[in-house]
Amino acid sequence: MTAADLSTDAGVSTAAEVSTTSLLRLATAGSVDDGKSTLIGRLLYDSSALFDDQLEAVAASSRKRGHDGIDLSLFTDGLRAEREQGITIDVAYRYFATPRRSFVIADTPGHAQYTRNMVTGASTAELAVILVDAQGGLTEQSRRHACVASLLGIRQVVLAVNKMDLVGFSETAFDEIVDAFLTFAAGLDLRTVTPVPISALLGDNVVEPSTAMPWYGGPTLLGHLEQAAVGAAPDRQGGARLPVQWVHRPGPGQPRGSRGYSGMLAGGVLRPGDEVVVLPSGTRTRIVAVETFDGPLEEATPPRSVTVRLADDLDVGRGDLIAAAAAPAAVTRDLEAVVCWLGDRPAQPGGRYLLKHTTRTTRAVLREVVSAIDVNSLVASPAAALAANDLGVVKVSTADALAVDAYADNRTTGSFILIDEATHATVAAGMIAAAADAEVLDLTAR
Amino acid sequence: MSAAPASGPAVLDHLDVLESHAVFVLREVAAELERPVLLFSGGKDSVVLLRLAEKAFRPGRFPFPVMHIDTGHNFPEVLAFRDKRVAELGEELIVASVQDAIDRGLVADPGPGASRNRLQSATLLDAVATHRFDACIGGARRDEDKARAKERILSFRDEFGQWDPRRQRPELWQLYNGRVKPGEHVRAFPLSDWTELDVWRYVEREGLELPSLYYSHRRTVVARDRMLVAVGPFTPARPGEEPVERVVRYRTVGDMTCTGAVASEATTVADVIAEVATSRLTERGATRADDRFSEAAMEDRKREGYF
Repeated sequence: MTAADLSTDAGVSTAAEVSTTSLLRLATAGSVDDGKSTLIGRLLYDSSALFDDQLEAVAASSRKRGHDGIDLSLFTDGLRAEREQGITIDVAYRYFATPRRSFVIADTPGHAQYTRNMVTGASTAELAVILVDAQGGLTEQSRRHACVASLLGIRQVVLAVNKMDLVGFSETAFDEIVDAFLTFAAGLDLRTVTPVPISALLGDNVVEPSTAMPWYGGPTLLGHLEQAAVGAAPDRQGGARLPVQWVHRPGPGQPRGSRGYSGMLAGGVLRPGDEVVVLPSGTRTRIVAVETFDGPLEEATPPRSVTVRLADDLDVGRGDLIAAAAAPAAVTRDLEAVVCWLGDRPAQPGGRYLLKHTTRTTRAVLREVVSAIDVNSLVASPAAALAANDLGVVKVSTADALAVDAYADNRTTGSFILIDEATHATVAAGMIAAAADAEVLDLTAR
Repeated sequence: MSAAPASGPAVLDHLDVLESHAVFVLREVAAELERPVLLFSGGKDSVVLLRLAEKAFRPGRFPFPVMHIDTGHNFPEVLAFRDKRVAELGEELIVASVQDAIDRGLVADPGPGASRNRLQSATLLDAVATHRFDACIGGARRDEDKARAKERILSFRDEFGQWDPRRQRPELWQLYNGRVKPGEHVRAFPLSDWTELDVWRYVEREGLELPSLYYSHRRTVVARDRMLVAVGPFTPARPGEEPVERVVRYRTVGDMTCTGAVASEATTVADVIAEVATSRLTERGATRADDRFSEAAMEDRKREGYF
């Protein structure tokens, strides 16, 4: 392929026309073999997010490596070590915008440490693009991508069936993969699966509609990304959640009660007058004002950073949770959670760590490894330890009480990390099971 | 939504989301680290950082000082702007000087007219050690460079100030791990997810003042390395170069010896936004000689402790 083959007039105008747009964070999953780097290069190229000096540098690198024309995958290989070895070592973030929306792509490699990287990329994403090679069909790896997306609370998945040009743009080949994926995904906790037949190399159905697949009547990949739901996560439907991050002390001469409690709203809606409860103490009070540097708000929604004032003079500090009184979070010292183990040393009963949950860090002990979870099926089986890149269910006890939700209900109040006290390495990512009905565990038991 | 709220739509505008998250990062750093410092160059990204710090901590004072690494080759209008802006805010300014580091024998003077860009790293690390800072808040963005695309929002530095891309801490959700031992520090990048265009839109939305050289003006320049380099005391015209007066502006602000101007008629923020949106060159590719030495120039400097 030569640069001239690449269409630049994509109907996606430059970002100049963006005035008020939403932000969609998405994760891409797939290996180099599936054409993931080429797909991202294509999205960036066709949406004019790449610049002449980048094109020139990549064209020069392509020539050096003996490729004809431009190798789109080189746009996303960041570090010298990666380019020299042809590997991707970590999550990389890419940015582009259309007149409708700004996009942040968490680009996760598909090789070694795959689970760790995809869990990281998926943790902040609202949508996952799972890339499948049309020639190879649905693979173990595709199933794994879907499992991790589901486990991490991503409810919108795009199944991008790539390399359609190599299967003669065959509708049958596409349908077979889609059917296999939907059958598998029925056992997962996904809300929408949007299959799109594409050729990242040629550009079919990425930004420009394909003329080679008249049988496909759906949106292009970018067209779908522009329409996908933003801010529709369960977090928004539940009760208000404001983890206290920072306390504004009153100035000299100001009353004690004028303290402001700042944080990023992690769930529900906050309005002046709302009845709230401060957790873990359980003290009830009322929101007097929701403020920002730019003035008071009548209503705040996630993920806005705000400062609230309370009706009563309470002892509230960093790490406390201000929650809707009608729908408070559960207070506990004992957690059961699905973890992705990230540390070099395995997870074993008796291990002591620091646990960071919202804005509170406390000491924790790993009481029990309940089970290991097969990342390709989410089936749990008994286990005594977890190694790096393993998924499993553990029981953890904490020194301080925590105000938690199930991860399925709120990704902020339902998540935590474990930190090694000696090395300060982040050794685990945890997703809390529902306190009462253990929804997350039900999923894993399937 | 209830009767006509003053603000707060159900889905936030993308600039609101970026702002809110950056404010969150600033508060996390201030709450979790003992001695943070905010790095302020006078450039547009760090001007945005100061506004975000106001949003995070006003009516209180900033819980950290502001520090400038002065190469001694800075644009005079940027230094004047720096002093004025910090004075308006009533915050503490620390100036760590590369010239001072040269005078003390900490680093060698590369000679007149040579770039002092790499010396900034040694000067910064010296200031970090002297003041025992455990967090440096900077305005770097992931869209700037291939190496930065892989950087964490809270990025760990060992006791030698080095960045090891292979041993970065996994960063999940908004759970930032800022744990450091004495001598180590983190770099915090609240603008990680912002693009150049986002920064300009925010400058416009917030009505932020920037150093005048970001807007079109007449300046005597020479064409060098496919850039327009201002002729001045630190960057004299070389033999064979002909100084000419051109209408230019700067897309980035750094050391005079390695920062180039671009031909531009953009005199307002709106002009600049229109120009940036249709530009066919990245801001670093267009204006920073230091990033054009090799495919991995930024990666190498970052490993040494660069911003």
